[in-house]
Amino acid sequence: MLADKDRIFTNLYGQHDFGLKGAKSRGDWDGTKDILAKGREWIINEVKTSGLRGRGGAGFSTGVKWSFMPKEVGARPHFLVVNADEGEPGTCKDREILRHDPHKLVEGCLIAGFAVQAHAAYIYVRGEFFREAENLQAAIDQAREAGLIGKNACGSGWDFEVYVHRGMGAYVCGEESALIESLEGKKGQPRLKPPFPAGVGLYGCPTTVNNVESIAVVATILRRGATWFSSFGRPNNTGTKLFCISGHVNKPCNVEESMSIPLRELIEKHAGGVRGGWDNLLGIIPGGSSVPVLTKDVCDNVLMDFDALREVRSGLGTAAVIVMDKSTDIVKAIARLSYFYKHESCGQCTPCREGTGWMWRMMERMVSGEAEIEEIDMLDEVTRQVEGHTICALGDAAAWPIQGLIRNFRPEMERRILARRQARL
Amino acid sequence: MPKLTIDGQEIEVPANTTVLQAAEMLGIEIPRFCYHERLSIAGNCRMCLVEVEKAPKPVASCAMPVGEGMVVRTSTPNVLKARRGVMELILINHPLDCPICDQGGECDLQDQAVAFGRDHGRYAEKKHAVRRKNFGPLIKAEMTRCIHCTRCIRFTTEVAGVPDLGGIGRGEHMEIDTYVDKAIGTELSGCLIDLCPVGALTSAPYAFRARPWELKKTETIDALDAVGSHIRADSKGGEVLRVMPRNNDDINEEWLGDKSRFAIDGLMRQRLDRPYIRENGKLREATWDEALSLVSAKLKNTDAKAMAAIAGDLADCESVAALKDLMTDLKVSNLDCRQDFAQIDPSCRAGYLFNAGIAGIEQADALLIIGSNPRREAPVINARIRKRSLRGGFPVGVIGPKMDLTYKTEHLGESAALIEAIASGAHPFAAKLKAAKNPLLILGMGALSRHDGGAILASARKLAEACGVVKEGWNGFSVLHTAAARAGALDLGFVPAQGGRDVKGILEGAEKGDIQLVYLLGADEIDMSRLGRAFVIYQGHHGDAGAHRADVILPGAAYTEKNATYVNTEGRVQHTRLAVFPPGQAREDWKIVRAVAGAIGIHMPYDNLPQIRARLCDMNAVFARADLRQPAAWGAFGSAGTVADEPLKTAIANYYMTDPIGRASPTMAVCVETFLSGAEPRTGTHG
Amino acid sequence: MSLHREEPKSFSFDAETLVKAKQVIAKYPEGRSRSAVMPLLDLAQRQVGGWLPRAAMDYVAQFLGLDPIKVYEVAHFYTMYNTKPVGRHHVQVCTNLPCWLRGSDQVVSACKKTLGIGVGETTPDGQFTLSEVECAGACVNAPVAAINDDYFEDLDEESVTRVLEAIKRGETPKHGPQNGRMNSAPLGGPTTLKGEG
Repeated sequence: MLADKDRIFTNLYGQHDFGLKGAKSRGDWDGTKDILAKGREWIINEVKTSGLRGRGGAGFSTGVKWSFMPKEVGARPHFLVVNADEGEPGTCKDREILRHDPHKLVEGCLIAGFAVQAHAAYIYVRGEFFREAENLQAAIDQAREAGLIGKNACGSGWDFEVYVHRGMGAYVCGEESALIESLEGKKGQPRLKPPFPAGVGLYGCPTTVNNVESIAVVATILRRGATWFSSFGRPNNTGTKLFCISGHVNKPCNVEESMSIPLRELIEKHAGGVRGGWDNLLGIIPGGSSVPVLTKDVCDNVLMDFDALREVRSGLGTAAVIVMDKSTDIVKAIARLSYFYKHESCGQCTPCREGTGWMWRMMERMVSGEAEIEEIDMLDEVTRQVEGHTICALGDAAAWPIQGLIRNFRPEMERRILARRQARL
Repeated sequence: MPKLTIDGQEIEVPANTTVLQAAEMLGIEIPRFCYHERLSIAGNCRMCLVEVEKAPKPVASCAMPVGEGMVVRTSTPNVLKARRGVMELILINHPLDCPICDQGGECDLQDQAVAFGRDHGRYAEKKHAVRRKNFGPLIKAEMTRCIHCTRCIRFTTEVAGVPDLGGIGRGEHMEIDTYVDKAIGTELSGCLIDLCPVGALTSAPYAFRARPWELKKTETIDALDAVGSHIRADSKGGEVLRVMPRNNDDINEEWLGDKSRFAIDGLMRQRLDRPYIRENGKLREATWDEALSLVSAKLKNTDAKAMAAIAGDLADCESVAALKDLMTDLKVSNLDCRQDFAQIDPSCRAGYLFNAGIAGIEQADALLIIGSNPRREAPVINARIRKRSLRGGFPVGVIGPKMDLTYKTEHLGESAALIEAIASGAHPFAAKLKAAKNPLLILGMGALSRHDGGAILASARKLAEACGVVKEGWNGFSVLHTAAARAGALDLGFVPAQGGRDVKGILEGAEKGDIQLVYLLGADEIDMSRLGRAFVIYQGHHGDAGAHRADVILPGAAYTEKNATYVNTEGRVQHTRLAVFPPGQAREDWKIVRAVAGAIGIHMPYDNLPQIRARLCDMNAVFARADLRQPAAWGAFGSAGTVADEPLKTAIANYYMTDPIGRASPTMAVCVETFLSGAEPRTGTHG
Repeated sequence: MSLHREEPKSFSFDAETLVKAKQVIAKYPEGRSRSAVMPLLDLAQRQVGGWLPRAAMDYVAQFLGLDPIKVYEVAHFYTMYNTKPVGRHHVQVCTNLPCWLRGSDQVVSACKKTLGIGVGETTPDGQFTLSEVECAGACVNAPVAAINDDYFEDLDEESVTRVLEAIKRGETPKHGPQNGRMNSAPLGGPTTLKGEG
């Protein structure tokens, strides 16, 4: 188990002061000027070396992402945008950073912003996190007051402003280009790529979009060293990570743990174990609603990291672990997610707009068994008509849970259809 | 220039080309719904997916820029599967109402469903329906059929410049809507019908009138403004049921003004389908023989100095030429084609043409508009100006009334005296024109039809010369006509001969009794009450102002009913083609004039179309070359005098009713009610 | 789209909101005030009392120099804008998977019972509107209900009823977990971070 001294988010539960004083006592804003003095190349390299992979779900190397930004600032200013539009069902880690450790995020913004040569960061906080945005704004105001950001931030010579922009209820804005559109005052409809934000982002300017957690760990990584961070977890899956454990566990919680921790250990050590014991486990969605559900036999041994979960045809996603015990109507559970994706589809491109509705309606029939056995294959086919054909990943996210259900729980789906048919006869 | 391979064929294309465009160059057609070459790229229909080597997923070819060494496959099993999948998803909520849908038979969705669709639907759930929407009297919206390609939103926002449409709601509940239940307020709204790939937006006046395969399609030229837009007139049973634009990059691209598209129901109303003779103050039906003998008697027995002829705004070149020949033969010198008193100087062709050319607008980098509202006078030209404006670096100054032209303008003021101020360099806009490489000046009939129009014309010429509007390789001096007949009639010299009277003089003469006979060739825009006791011969196709005043009526053909020549505002000679025959006993106009001549005993040396066309070439060599814009030599034009310090007006108050056809059109009447709130005058031109 | 019966004819920011609006606009670069459309609509909604009449959308459009349709699009895209009136207390119960697994159905029915209304309805006195919403992002504290700006967490029938009754009495119940736990730490105390600071 990760030792407390190696935990980055030491005010995860809000036991202490979230403000500047408390943050400083936890080591934030310590020697930030010196970090900046080492230069952007050193910063980017160190973050690359740490192996930090984006914590928003896609798991792309944060350092590499920063290196995509133009080396020279041209006529268009650079921007840093922080994605705090946390809304993937099961996920509630960024919320803790925003409300309990906002200075880690603000400091991270300065460092990341400096690294990508941005003078401004916009933090896009989902609208429902009203109190969280208040805490974040308070932290920004404190940091500005103390000269940590603003003109000549931390005495580094770099001018840097941080702004909070609140969303107003649209899951799709968690997709980076939709988020940029939204930040520009438009509907949150994802953009076509290319061009990518590093070339044409916010206001048509080079932009890096990072998840809250990715940015918030940067200062600590740079203070303690890339090798410290990469000493946790397996190669290519390094670092510590916030895990959200929800659903049928005895004590749902957020916890910071080492990457690659066994799923079972994570649940049993921190969440009080599966309700009714491990053997009462039906399945787990290991990385937020978008990733396919795992059956118990996979859960027994799987490690919680990008590669291990991909090997079992699921994903680490946001590391949001949704546990379902044997009392769960698994078909209904997935149907609920299908409704969610239908509800959150932006409506822009055909496969998602039309497909999410179709998939949800079929899933509803699968719940009641009002379907034909062949329709299970047809449903699977429809998910594949949507998957990979949309502008953004929401289409994939809507397809995968259903594919996981069919792959892992097909007998249950068939049983219902047959039972229903029997009842009709 | 990147080189790439598509389906095994190598091609080199300019950077910024998309994969779809590159494929098109190779003749490989990729299906699409949302992509439209004149609109921004949306990439939302996902029909154009292709495989690109090394890309993990199929890519939308409409949005993917080509790259060096790219290897693209457009018809692999995976691509076809993806397309079929998308096709099915587009269709699941699309109603199966093709039998009652006007798009049927010319529907992109139908065509592609045949190509890529399954033979049966697998969608067992409930389909969506969308509440009926009101987009105004021209557009019939059946949004249940909408496939959300957003072409309509992009057109109104980008091309028309009236951001009335948006996508309201999200996901499967997203609907294209005005939100506030309003008619789409652009003079180009009919283009939405062409752009909509399905039957969501169809023509309201044409609703349920015909199926496309029943229609005879005639490629012809529009005559309801001076643009000369290329159109296709679709007819059935002797009636033109609809008009659609044809693509022509030099003129109208693929747009068309609503008047040109929708006024055509006026072609079936108020028609003069037989000759009439006024007896005891009342018009009675007559035979051609009766009418011709009466006309010839009058022409023979009236003193040449007491006779006059006026050519109207829809008159074709052939009839204008024939009438000029007749009048010349009769020694009549009182001729004019400028019903609106425009003091155009016919002596210099460059002085009355849109010299920059319509496509030339895109080369311009500054614009001064004088006494013109291009949005009303030529919506298609206005769209071209807007297109140029969107590219930026294009200051537009306006002298005249304040108006919303859909692009950013600088209102310099209303007074015509500003022309002089710019010409002299005193006004700061002069510097903007001088700084431009290709400055453009648009001079409207609102300026030229004033009492001091000749002086304004001279002043505008001076301005053009002083500010670099005319220079080696560029002539930005551009007169915007409002009448389809005007440039052609000027080219044919249908203006007062030596010592003759112009329209003003003709009307004054008629009032005084000095003019005793007036031949109106489709002239309906003059003040008929000023014709006094003159004997009026009206040749034309509609029972409009001229016919009401006439003593004898010779029924002619409308622009859709004859093979005729028009010269557009650019000076481009173009030919209309007969789509339907003129109704009843109505005849082609030049033949009527020839018959009148014959009745007097004058033989005209043309018996058929090639011969009259040859006569046009005799009169002016420009007629020898059709469809091409022929640069006109610069020269001196305009008249001396001072420009009055008075506000400039524009020529058209009521866009929908500028001519007898528009005034007879029920659709145009509804448009006036809807868009002009009935507050505008019913007649189109200021007199 | 049909307009609501109670649609006011006009709207403009009051003095206090106007100050806030100007502060919001100042966050964005010169010429990028369109970015302020979402926060400004939020301010307008708060001023009206929880919903956005068309007059408010038109006002914001005019305020920012935007075409009204662009504002209508935004107002109808984001779920936190209410285009119909809502009660003083907008009770928004998350029913997404993590909340559903832990009894959001019971929470919804307790709300219905306590408030005497169905989902999507407003109490006749205009005090409460009950909605089901998508994931609130507090899944380890499921089930969750947001009442206006505050989250009430770890709810069950009994606790949500208690909260609603308190609000009915005009009290301001403490938001956050309703079962005594510390934020998102495991019930009974954290397994980590047990030391000081």
